[in-house]
Amino acid sequence: MKTRSAIWLGSALFALTALGFTAQRVIAADKIDPATEAKAFQNFYFQKFPNVKHEDFVNGPYSMNEDMKRQWQEKEEFPPYEFALDAGKEMFATPFKNGKTYADCFPNGGIGIRQNYPYFDGKEGKVVTLELALNRCRAANGEEPYSYVKDEMASLTAYMAFTSRGKLMDIKIPDDPRALEAYENGKRYFYTRRGQMNFSCASCHVQSPGERIRAEILAPALGILNAMPIYRSEWSGMGTTSRRFITCNSQTRAVPLEPQSDEYRDVEYFLSYVANGLPISGPGARP
Amino acid sequence: MSTTMIGMRSLALVLLLTAAAAPARAASEADYKAAYAAAEAAAREAAGLRNQWTPTVSTLAAAKKAGDGGDFDRAVAAAKEAEALAKASIFQATSEKEAWKAMEIR
Repeated sequence: MKTRSAIWLGSALFALTALGFTAQRVIAADKIDPATEAKAFQNFYFQKFPNVKHEDFVNGPYSMNEDMKRQWQEKEEFPPYEFALDAGKEMFATPFKNGKTYADCFPNGGIGIRQNYPYFDGKEGKVVTLELALNRCRAANGEEPYSYVKDEMASLTAYMAFTSRGKLMDIKIPDDPRALEAYENGKRYFYTRRGQMNFSCASCHVQSPGERIRAEILAPALGILNAMPIYRSEWSGMGTTSRRFITCNSQTRAVPLEPQSDEYRDVEYFLSYVANGLPISGPGARP
Repeated sequence: MSTTMIGMRSLALVLLLTAAAAPARAASEADYKAAYAAAEAAAREAAGLRNQWTPTVSTLAAAKKAGDGGDFDRAVAAAKEAEALAKASIFQATSEKEAWKAMEIR
């Protein structure tokens, strides 16, 4: 009898312990850990493309295809974004009507800071992108905002990215539940299928990087924003991160959101965070 | 087979043939307005979910154009298509609330 009781007691204790472990694992799985997730995100690409140097992922399709890479390297001698870059440099230095400049709005006078954008603004409780910060700077100095998708905005961000080339993406998620929520919302947006084509961002840039979609070679999502803004031959001009998101949405036959909508700001936050540690390569050139 | 059953089958066949042979009634303005209102409501719901599809917008515009031009047959057909598209986008948005997780890199 005593033996039987001991077996029962032992079994019960074992079951309780097992239950305890399982419950702990469930809780752990539910908790968002961006640092671990970013590591898993990067490892996915590093393992999928073991021959691609880690810092090369920021060069998008050129990291996936040797022929394209050679063509691009030759093109870089006279890069198509050069005019925008020169214009951006001049615009950046030209004072507003009140005598102030963009440099007055940014840390370190706006030079070499691209890798810290977007950031989570605790006061506003939202993500602030570089494009948004530039237009806010203009508004604060009594100037009209620029279009978020191209032209002046692309030129300004091209110059700011250029001054940050080689610096490693360094996006912070502060200890604020709203920042974590923004990251999570961005992640959800990235993986959510939309549009009549039923594509998510991940359908192309996670499941199929390196493969062709019509004549294009799909870029990996890892480091995809490090090259922004870009000159796209398809656009015959420069485009910002906002333009990239809008175009992607349209291509899946989804009505694009407004530039700098919360969703776009959040997905930029997510994509930039998971690219932490990879160099800024913008402005870029793409087919 | 009983006589009643044969009679019922014949009746059903006659009704079916009559329905097929009868010329389709041309759509009226009221039909168009009802179809357009239903499509518009579904499209509004899809937009509220931040998941409007571009074909919904263009098909809805085509329905309006046909309706304004008095071509109610075409207008009703386009409105019904727009409604179906909007409903598909609502279904997508609803199912993706959880389904996106399956694609996540872990």
